[in-house]
Amino acid sequence: MPNQSDEPIIRVRGLINRFGSETVHDGLDLEVFRGEVLGVVGASGSGKSVLLRTIIGLNRPASGRVEVLGHDILAIGDTDQREIEKHWGVLFQDGALFSSLTVAENIEVPLREYYDMPLRLMDEIAAFKIGIVGLPEGTGEKYPSQLSGGMRKRSGLARALALDPEIVFLDEPTAGLDPIAAGDFDILIRDLTGSLGLTVFMVTHDLDTLFSICDRVAVLVDKKIRAGSLEQMLNDDHPWIQSYFHGPRGRAALRSEAEHLHEQKIELPAPR
Amino acid sequence: MAPATATLVESKESGSLILTATGEWLVATAADLDRRLRGIEAPEGRRVLLDLTGIDRLDTAGAWLLLRTEHDLAARGNTVEMRNLRPNFEPLIDQVRAAGFVPPARHPRPAHHTIVGFIARIGEISLGLVARTYSILGFFGVVCSTALQVARHPGRLSVTAIVAQMEQTGVNALPIVALLTFLIGIVIAYQGADYLRFYGLENYTIQLTGASILRELGVLLTAIILAGRSGSAFTAQIGTMRVNEEIDAMQTIGLDPIAVLVLPRLFGLVLTLPMLTLCANFMGIFGGGLTAWSQLGIGIPQFLSQLSTIAPWSFWIGLIKSPFFAVVIALIGCYEGFQVAGSAESVGRLTTLSVVEAIFLVIVIDAGFSIFFSALQI
Repeated sequence: MPNQSDEPIIRVRGLINRFGSETVHDGLDLEVFRGEVLGVVGASGSGKSVLLRTIIGLNRPASGRVEVLGHDILAIGDTDQREIEKHWGVLFQDGALFSSLTVAENIEVPLREYYDMPLRLMDEIAAFKIGIVGLPEGTGEKYPSQLSGGMRKRSGLARALALDPEIVFLDEPTAGLDPIAAGDFDILIRDLTGSLGLTVFMVTHDLDTLFSICDRVAVLVDKKIRAGSLEQMLNDDHPWIQSYFHGPRGRAALRSEAEHLHEQKIELPAPR
Repeated sequence: MAPATATLVESKESGSLILTATGEWLVATAADLDRRLRGIEAPEGRRVLLDLTGIDRLDTAGAWLLLRTEHDLAARGNTVEMRNLRPNFEPLIDQVRAAGFVPPARHPRPAHHTIVGFIARIGEISLGLVARTYSILGFFGVVCSTALQVARHPGRLSVTAIVAQMEQTGVNALPIVALLTFLIGIVIAYQGADYLRFYGLENYTIQLTGASILRELGVLLTAIILAGRSGSAFTAQIGTMRVNEEIDAMQTIGLDPIAVLVLPRLFGLVLTLPMLTLCANFMGIFGGGLTAWSQLGIGIPQFLSQLSTIAPWSFWIGLIKSPFFAVVIALIGCYEGFQVAGSAESVGRLTTLSVVEAIFLVIVIDAGFSIFFSALQI
């Protein structure tokens, strides 16, 4: 991947999240580097979405430190908050499009909020964003309720990309899509990260996504993160991680990816 | 963060036009660049060079502006060439180029902002009203036929559900109904006493308060409170169940949603509304009596003797109306709940609609009763 570096763009330290007496995160540490695609996996209810919400400031943790682009998210002022929000885009699970606005108007919302632009330019920007995320012509005039799940996600992604952010947060981008649509979405994200130089923080359940587009994998186990390259995680001996990657679904996804890479003459380490 | 800067310089050289772009071509500078690009007088049939050497930063908005310029110039018969773009920006340009030239989406303007659209909308709403009435009557029919079926097999009706509904719609509404009618009783007695004193008839304050509360206000206020409180709750509950596909699940298990959801609410409300009306009547007259005592010095014996001069029919007229109101409120509340489709947004819209419709129908029926009773001369 281009632009990848050792500079952490997101840094989480000693994060503790509690809901009532339930501790979700207990001293969690995580780094996301510029230009990488990080896949966050974990069992249902292990707090993946809570982690995402904490990083983007929607959830206040019991304790810990969260830095995004060098700003402490938990102690940020309003001006800095607005500045930093220009540099990230978030795709929520079902797109979270504003239902009273058309797709094009949805994409224009961030532009309207942050920049003083002529309407015509905003319309043009919205139109080519619709093209970039691979939506057919004419989608811009439709309302979210007229779209399929896959199209809603693409529209949500177009809105997340409206301000050309540096970081994109994706909450289960392929959940609820059929395998073909999910595969297409993976390719779209991979292409966009390559050409736009995005950093991607992605919560996912989809093993195929993980194998095909993620540079690094962060696994949420025992209320903490274990992160590393796919190769390292495949060889991790934590029982949950073992059964995750080497269960029947994990093996199938791994096999198909290995075949794919074989065609491209790239060797993948054999699973244990 | 330093303010983003971008410049565009126009120069001519041996018959060809050179546009030199420098600085940061980003979404933040796009508005300014757009203005300057549109300000350029576009040549025709010339050679145009876009010199991109000086571009330090580029994002998709900047790339779009470059491509749009290229496209517009080419469309006017110019030969356009982009040169000296930094290689690391190439994938970005390619990505935006690959998106193609999608025509900008039109902003929808509501159709009824034109005269024809306005007239069409009046027609649409009128036809919608007819269709709606038809559909509500259909729903009423289904509920009646289900009620008859259940009447043959009373075991299918859950007494627990009815009692639970009575608690929610009746017992829990008691404080607000009692308080409001008590206050209304005080208000009527106060206002009435003032006007009646003008004619020297202030001793009839009790009759005025009693008759208006018993005949109209007690039952009407109770019905309006329940339409707002329980009718809306019915729509929201059933609507949410529809969004969650609970109604569909019920049908696949073999439960009849009308029998399980509508009948307990209907019967519960038909039983509680008259009881609440009794309570409302009592509290209203109590409030009126209290005012009469403090303002006019009317004591308990006089109060009771004046109250007994009100025709007993007044009491029954109020009470007879209450089950009809209850049926309307429960029916509309449940009907609108079943109309919910798809999104959670429609739950909110239909809940509002159900309250408005229920209150409207309650008042229409009340007017009908007034005409009916006056024809009977009671």
